Amino acid sequence: MASSEETPKKRLTVAQTDSTSQFWEDSKCMTFVLEGEDHTLGNALRYIIMKNPDVEFCGYGVPHPSENKINLRIQSRGPPAVEILKKGLLDLSQVCDHVLTTFEERVTEFKQDMTDKMET
Amino acid sequence: MTMSTTEEMRSYVTLNEYDVDHVHSTDFPGSYHGYDDSWDFNRFRRNFWIEVTKLDDMEMEFDMVGIDAALANAFRRILLAEVPTMAADKIFIHNNTSIIQSEVLAHRLGLVPIKVDPRMFEFRQEGDEEGTDMDTVEFELKVKCTKNPNVTADLPDPYEIYKNAKVTTKQLKWIPRGNQAALHHNNPIRPVDGDILIAKLRPGQAIDLRMHCVKGLGKDHAKFSPVATASYRLLPKITLKQPVVGEQAERLARCFTPGVIGLKEDEDGNKVAYVDNARKDASSREVFRHEDLKDAVDMKKVRDHFIFSVESTGALPPNVLMCEAVKILKEKCRTFLVELDNLTKK
Repeated sequence: MASSEETPKKRLTVAQTDSTSQFWEDSKCMTFVLEGEDHTLGNALRYIIMKNPDVEFCGYGVPHPSENKINLRIQSRGPPAVEILKKGLLDLSQVCDHVLTTFEERVTEFKQDMTDKMET
Repeated sequence: MTMSTTEEMRSYVTLNEYDVDHVHSTDFPGSYHGYDDSWDFNRFRRNFWIEVTKLDDMEMEFDMVGIDAALANAFRRILLAEVPTMAADKIFIHNNTSIIQSEVLAHRLGLVPIKVDPRMFEFRQEGDEEGTDMDTVEFELKVKCTKNPNVTADLPDPYEIYKNAKVTTKQLKWIPRGNQAALHHNNPIRPVDGDILIAKLRPGQAIDLRMHCVKGLGKDHAKFSPVATASYRLLPKITLKQPVVGEQAERLARCFTPGVIGLKEDEDGNKVAYVDNARKDASSREVFRHEDLKDAVDMKKVRDHFIFSVESTGALPPNVLMCEAVKILKEKCRTFLVELDNLTKK
């Protein structure tokens, strides 16, 4: 399993996998530890991962309020948990892209409307 | 708990007399028969929209619709705690003979919003006491209170008879470092507001200090938060289930925020209540205290319609802050995608 000692700035580690898989990467059940994150990413990621029909369970927790990390648990029905997490992160970043472009478009439109109104 | 259809449970939060129903999102695959709740970006794209209703340099209001609370809340939380700004972090006090204690003075100065684009700066390295022109904005405050020689009469107003009896943020003098003066030529760095009272002085008292403003995050200290407040509320949905007439109609209107319930006259000249603008409602459940009215109204909230309100502290306009917040959430995803890649490679 990946060790967290060698590189100090590693922010993603695996706390637990199911023992049935020979290769830990193939495990369907995993608990990831996301260093330096809180409910902001935790809840958003949980939501988007739970929208994945391959997911049996997804939940996150803050182990201790003074520890700046979260545990993210994924139990998959099919693909490895790492793939589920990857899809979740990709989906979430795609949402961000769309929110950003939509927001910028609307702001530009609004500003244009305001200047049009000022001129008339 | 009132009876409601699946569609209602999915789409609305219901406000009852004593409880709130269907609070959580349940639109996950497997929760309902006949619904495909699996994540579909194209479906999200079709349903998602934003409308800006108000925007200036300090405040903005916009509707964000077709997104789950988990994501809307992430944007809100990032606005509060993770969009960086510059704030005074190290105060070097050379002299302070005012009655305000040095540590209190330092704290007050830290909270003064600074008009500077934090995107043009870097975070200061840990342990670096001096800072560079890439990560530090320096201000000087040198004030001495004296008697105003032009005033001879015994005036009661201390601000007339003394000079510098009030120290305000206007007196903070920016000391450009390196090429900062050229770089910020068009937008000289200054406190957002010039009229914030820092201290009061009397003749003979003086303040002489330097402050280092650095880039920081709201989660580290609230002074770094770029927003005075960033919040959202759900769009209220109010329906009248039966006609409400006459005195009851007037009483009904008074149960809600003004403008929510309108009154119109029917053919017989009776006042009849109708829902005019539910958006204005502050969601008081006063109506449930009226036995004769409570069964006539249905109070709900649209689960995926967020009315955002972002109030900037002035460093950056609120629309820029919102864009930054979305970028930060995306950056989090990218960071962990890279981390995940590194993890599985070994």
